[in-house]
Amino acid sequence: MIDPQTDAITPAKTNSINRVVEIKNLRKSFGGQEVLKDLSLQLFNGENLVVLGKSGSGKSVLIKCIVGLLNPEGGTINVFGENVGTLNPDDLSELRKKIGFLFQSGALYDSMTVKQNLEFPLRRIRKVLTKAERDEKIKEVLENVGLADAINKMPSQLSGGMRKRISLARTIVVDPLIMLYDEPTTGLDPVTSDEISLLINKIQKKYKTASIIITHDIECARQTANRIIMLQDGEVYLEGNLERFEKSKDPLIKSFFK
Amino acid sequence: MKKNFAPVTRLVPDLHKAKEISMKLSEKTLAGTAEASNFLTDFADVLLFITRTVKETFSRNFEFREFLLQCFQIGNKTLPLISVTGIIMGLVLTIQSRPSLAKFGADAMLPGMVAVSLIREMGPVITALICAGKIGSGMGAELGSMKVTEQIEAMEVSSTNPMRFLVVTRVLAATLMIPILILYADALGIIGSWIGANIKGDVTFTLFFSQAFSHIDFIDFVPAFIKSIFFGAVIGLVGCYKGYNAGRGTESVGIAANSAVVLASLLVLIVDVIAVQITDLL
Repeated sequence: MIDPQTDAITPAKTNSINRVVEIKNLRKSFGGQEVLKDLSLQLFNGENLVVLGKSGSGKSVLIKCIVGLLNPEGGTINVFGENVGTLNPDDLSELRKKIGFLFQSGALYDSMTVKQNLEFPLRRIRKVLTKAERDEKIKEVLENVGLADAINKMPSQLSGGMRKRISLARTIVVDPLIMLYDEPTTGLDPVTSDEISLLINKIQKKYKTASIIITHDIECARQTANRIIMLQDGEVYLEGNLERFEKSKDPLIKSFFK
Repeated sequence: MKKNFAPVTRLVPDLHKAKEISMKLSEKTLAGTAEASNFLTDFADVLLFITRTVKETFSRNFEFREFLLQCFQIGNKTLPLISVTGIIMGLVLTIQSRPSLAKFGADAMLPGMVAVSLIREMGPVITALICAGKIGSGMGAELGSMKVTEQIEAMEVSSTNPMRFLVVTRVLAATLMIPILILYADALGIIGSWIGANIKGDVTFTLFFSQAFSHIDFIDFVPAFIKSIFFGAVIGLVGCYKGYNAGRGTESVGIAANSAVVLASLLVLIVDVIAVQITDLL
């Protein structure tokens, strides 16, 4: 196994103040099968960290543990200095207000229109906003994802790419500080995948978010990554920048980057 | 005296047979233990779900808008079905009972008999069974599909408590609306009975109603209304429990909807038996 080296991290970023997520020795198993084994990683302020890996390597489990949807069996997850595992439901709810999560399926609420989908988190997280301010915010994010016309449509009237973009709009509408993307380009055609990757970069620049992008789409990784981590059997197999991965002679890495 | 024992070689097949039987027995015992363990786990899950629902009902930040929306959904969407069911209940009961009563010259008892049986038993139970099919399966399928498509998790990460938003509102809406639907079905049942009485006779609406209500006391309504509240709570809880705890695959949605109907219908009948026993004691 290749020894992980963080050659993509600049000295300024290694400062602990810049660490927004810090995971140490994370362990998680399902039905006796260990999915994550002593996994450790950090996410720094303003960076796009791409987590690559085969299906079943524990990528989605990792971000679900970060947001507290799954409880790990061991290790610690610190988000903005708070240990996720020790938070009570109210504090966890407060922490989640700072985190945006894009689900693989989009997870749009089927019974609500696009506008109601975007209003849902806004009403709960940005309670101080007036109706006019909410409407303005919804219009702004829909324009950012290029779907201002879809405001009154139902999710069933949207294509796969449109659903992903609306889902992205719903996530950024509350101005999160961290974005967690679960397979953002899976099931999309190459053109729409490129559009989503560009949107991820646009969000990073505009909203100054730190992001973890879970994917096995190399094109998405190429376009969005500041740093890449490859997971294999629940462990970090290789960590570095895009160049390091592309120059690697390791058969597993080569099979991804051919 | 020398005893003759069977040679060891002859005993070997018997030992094999005994071993097979003991293995089968132990497998059955283990399967039985696993089943008992699963049953206890499910039972504990149900109790935990009910406890969480009750706890969340009395917590702050009640989702009033969603509660009103669910009341509207349950009432509005079930109304046509309940209307038809109510009228048919009264009509059929009248047509079926009339010949038997006529034999004893007790035609005049018909409105009262139909009204008492509708209000005390048939109205609540049949309406609740229809609601179990329509509302229980709807809740099971809706929450089940939300679980499969990660919508419940999306709610959680949006700092929304899905138990409070999805479960509490639906259970309370069912508990409130189903008794109202039952009263509505009772009223339509009496109208249906009047229509049935007029197929082979001629009785005015006013006379039929006054005869029907002359046999009913306020006390006839109370136990029926109380059990209707329990029917509503049972249907809401079962529908939400099955949907909320659906598996991950798409087939789980169908399973959740189906098992919600079966279990809710069964529990409605069990609650009815208990309610009848309690009413009988009073």
